[in-house]
Amino acid sequence: MLMKFIPVFKGADFFPHDLNLPFMKFKGPALALSIVAMIVSIALCATLGLNYGVDFKGGSLIELKTKSGDANISALREQLNGLGLGNVQIQQFGAPDDVLVRLEEQPGGETAQQAALKKVTAATSGSYTERRVEVVGPAVSSELRMTGFIAVAAGILAIVAYVWFRFEWQFALGAVVALSHDVLVTAGIFSLFRFEFDLSTVAALLTILGYSVNDTVVVSDRIRENLRKFKKMELNQLLNLSINETLSRTILTGMTALAVLLSLYIFGGEVIRNFNLAMLLGVVIGTYSSIFIAAPLLGYLGVKRDWSDAAAKAVAASTKAKAKA
Amino acid sequence: MHFTRPKIALILLICLAGFLVALPNFFSKETVQSWPSFMPKQQLRLGLDLQGGAHLLLAMDQDEIKRDWINNLRDEARKVLRDAKIGFTGIGTHGLTELVVKLAKPDEEDAAIKALHKVRQPIGNALLGSGAYDVDVSAGSDAGTVIIKESEPGLRQRISNAASASIETINRRVNNLGTSESTIVRQGADRILIQFPGLKDTKELKKLIGETAKLTFHEVHPSISAEDAKMTTIPRGYKIYQSDKGEGETEYLLREQPVVQGSDLADAQPGFDSRTGEPVINFRFNQIGARKFAEFTKDHVGRPFAIVLDDKVLSAPVIREPILGGSGQISGNFTVESTNRLAVQLRSGSLPTKLTIVEERTVGPSLGADSIAAGKLAGIIGGVAVVCLTVVAYGTFGIFACVGLLVHLMLTLALMTLIGSTLTLPGIAGLVLGVAMAVDANVLIYERIREELRVGKTPVSAIDAGFQRAFVTIADSQLTTLACAIIMFWLGAGPIRGFAVTLTIGILTSIFASVTVVRLLISYWLKAQPKGRIATVPV
Repeated sequence: MLMKFIPVFKGADFFPHDLNLPFMKFKGPALALSIVAMIVSIALCATLGLNYGVDFKGGSLIELKTKSGDANISALREQLNGLGLGNVQIQQFGAPDDVLVRLEEQPGGETAQQAALKKVTAATSGSYTERRVEVVGPAVSSELRMTGFIAVAAGILAIVAYVWFRFEWQFALGAVVALSHDVLVTAGIFSLFRFEFDLSTVAALLTILGYSVNDTVVVSDRIRENLRKFKKMELNQLLNLSINETLSRTILTGMTALAVLLSLYIFGGEVIRNFNLAMLLGVVIGTYSSIFIAAPLLGYLGVKRDWSDAAAKAVAASTKAKAKA
Repeated sequence: MHFTRPKIALILLICLAGFLVALPNFFSKETVQSWPSFMPKQQLRLGLDLQGGAHLLLAMDQDEIKRDWINNLRDEARKVLRDAKIGFTGIGTHGLTELVVKLAKPDEEDAAIKALHKVRQPIGNALLGSGAYDVDVSAGSDAGTVIIKESEPGLRQRISNAASASIETINRRVNNLGTSESTIVRQGADRILIQFPGLKDTKELKKLIGETAKLTFHEVHPSISAEDAKMTTIPRGYKIYQSDKGEGETEYLLREQPVVQGSDLADAQPGFDSRTGEPVINFRFNQIGARKFAEFTKDHVGRPFAIVLDDKVLSAPVIREPILGGSGQISGNFTVESTNRLAVQLRSGSLPTKLTIVEERTVGPSLGADSIAAGKLAGIIGGVAVVCLTVVAYGTFGIFACVGLLVHLMLTLALMTLIGSTLTLPGIAGLVLGVAMAVDANVLIYERIREELRVGKTPVSAIDAGFQRAFVTIADSQLTTLACAIIMFWLGAGPIRGFAVTLTIGILTSIFASVTVVRLLISYWLKAQPKGRIATVPV
C-alpha cells in the first residue's frame, strides 16, 4: 500500500489558539481609522487623481530594446522630445537595455495617435527594436474607463447580493463597507504613490474584492455558527470569539497568498508587476477589513439572535399565514 | 469518510483524464505530434501577450457610410422620378440622413410619393418581411416637397452590412500576408477587431488595411479645366479631384459618376512598364467592365480620362485608340512595394469605408517568450513556497493537500485546453490565485479538524466533522468569488476576461480537487492504519 511510504508527522501548529485577542476592544479606533483612510483616499483621488495608464488615459506606450548595449536614455529623450509630440515620458524598464516610452494622447483624434507612433518608430528604428506597442485612442480609453468602473461597482453589488441572500442584511452591509474600503484605500495608495492605474489594476481590484469577501464570509460563517451555539453570549464577545477562532486560518491563507503573490511580484516580469503590486496591497487591506470592519460593524448594527431551526420554522409559518391572509 | 467503489473509480477517472488532457501543455509541439494517436494532443492557445502578435481595433467611419448612402439614394430618386415623368426642381440633402425633393408641380406630390416608394428597401429577413423599410417617404411640411428620411433600423443594417463587407475584404487582404491564424471579428456596432498571432511587423498590416483602395475611372471634362471651374462655377455632375502627387499639383475636373469601378476588375498584378521600367499595375476588367470601358474609349478617342484611387488622381492619360481588350496598365507615383500592395488591395476589393485604428496592442515574440519564462519561474517558486508552507503547517495531511493542489492545477489546465480558452499573462496570475484559493479550502478543513480535536472528538469523527463543517464555508467563499469572476467576464475587456476565465475554472476544480480528492486520500490513509490504532491525526 502506497500510504505506508508517506511519513506520518504532525504539522507545526505554530499559531497559539487560546490567545483570545481583544479585537472588539479596538473596534472604535479601528473603524475611525478606516473611515479616515477612506476619506483621505477619496480626497487623494479627487485632488491628485489617479495616474491613469494608456488604457484609461489614451495615448501610446512603446517598449523598446536596444539592438546592442545599454540604452542611452538621455539621448533618446532628447531625440524624442524634438519630435513635437508633447510630453514624452521615458524610463528604464527592468533591464538596462529595455526602455519604456510613453506618449500622451495626441490632439487630433484617432489618426493622430498612429501618426505619432510612426514618428517614434522612424526615430528609434536605427538602434532599437519595438518589443511592445500599445496605442489607445480617445474613444476606446473613455469606454475602458467606464467599463472598468462599472465592473468594480457590479462586482461589489453581486457579492453583496450573495451575502445578503446567504446571511442577513447586517452582514451584507458589513461586507459592502469592507469591500468599498478595500477598493478605495488601494486606489488611494495608487494615487498617493503615483503607481500606474490601468486595466490590469482593475482586474486586481476585482480579485481583491473576491479575496476580501472570501475572508469576510469565513468570519461571518463562524459568527452565524456561534450565534446558533451560544444563544446567550454577549454579541461583542461572540464576535471576538469568532474572529479569534478563524484567526489561524486567516493568517495561514494570507501567508500562502502573500507567498505566491510575492513570488509573482519579484519573478513574474515587468509586465504584470503593477497587477501584483495591487494584489499584494489588496490582500493585506482585505484581511484587515474583514477583521476590523465587517465584524465590528455587526457589533454596532446588532443581529438576529435566534438562529435555531425552531425559530426559522416559526418565521416560515408566520409568513405562510400572512400569505394565506 | 466512506467512498463507494463506483465513486472512487469516478474520482480516479476524472483525475486521470485531467492529467492526460493537460499533459501536452508541458511539452513542445513537435514532441506532442510524435506521440501515439490515442494520446490527446491539443495544447492551450497562448494569448497575444505570450506568443507575440498584433491586436488592432478598427472603427468604421459612420459619416462616410451615411454620405455614400445618401448620395446613392439621391441618384436613385432622381432616376425614379425621371422614369415616372414627374418634374422636380432639385433634390437637396438635409444633414446626412434626409433628402428633400422639390417638385415642379405641387399637385404631383402624391404621385411622387408613390413613385419614390420604389427606392425603399425592406429590412431584415426577406421571407418573413418585417414590413419595415430602410427609408421613409413622406410629404414635406412645405407644399410640393417630399422628404426621404433614413430610418434608424435602416441605418443599423447599412452599418452592419458595411462591417461584414469590410471583414470579408480584410480577410482577403491579410491572407496575402502568408500567416493563417488571424481572427477578424466584428465588435459592437461599427468596430472590427483583428488579432494576428505571431505577426512580427505590423506596419505592412496597417498599410494593407489602411486604405479603402477604391479604384475608379472617370471622364475628364472636355473643355473646362479645374482652374477655370474654380474661378467660375463647377458644372453639374462634375467635381474637382486632387492629384496623388500632393498639394499644389495639377487638379482635375472630372465627371463624378465613374465610367468603370474597381469592382469591375477581374485581376490586378504588379509589373513594370516595358518602356520606362517604372513599377506599374497591370489590370484586366471582367466582361461587364471591359464592355463599358470599350464603349467609353471608342467614344472618347483623343481625349484624356482619369484613373482615380481613393479620390486622388493617379494619372490622366489620353486615349489614343479604343481599348477593346479589357486590360490596361496603371502608372502613378509608385514604388515596387506600393504596387505589390495595391495589387493585393485591388484584387481583394475595396473597403466600404475608411477604417481608423482606435486601439493597437502589439507584443514582439521576444517579450512574449520572456513573459512565459518569467511566469514559469514565478509559478515554480510560488508553488514551492505553497508546498513548503502547507507541509510544514499540516504535516502528513499537508502532503495530501499538495496532491490535491496538483490535481487542481492539472484539471484547470485540462478544462482550459478542452474549452479552447486562451492563456494570457493575467490568466497565469488567475491560475496562481486559483492555487491560493484551493489552498484556502484545505486550510479551512484542517483548521476545523484541529478545532474538533481540541474539543475532544475522536480522530475519525474529528476528520469527518472537519470536512462537513468546513464545506459550508468553502462553498460560500468560492461562490462569492465565482460571482465576482462572472461579473469580470461579463463586463471586462481583454486582460480582465482572460483572468476571469482561469479564475472561474480554478474555483470549479478546486472544490473537487481540494475537498473530494483530499478526502479520498485521507480515507485511504485511515484504512491503511492498523485497526483502532489511530492515536493522533497528523494534521
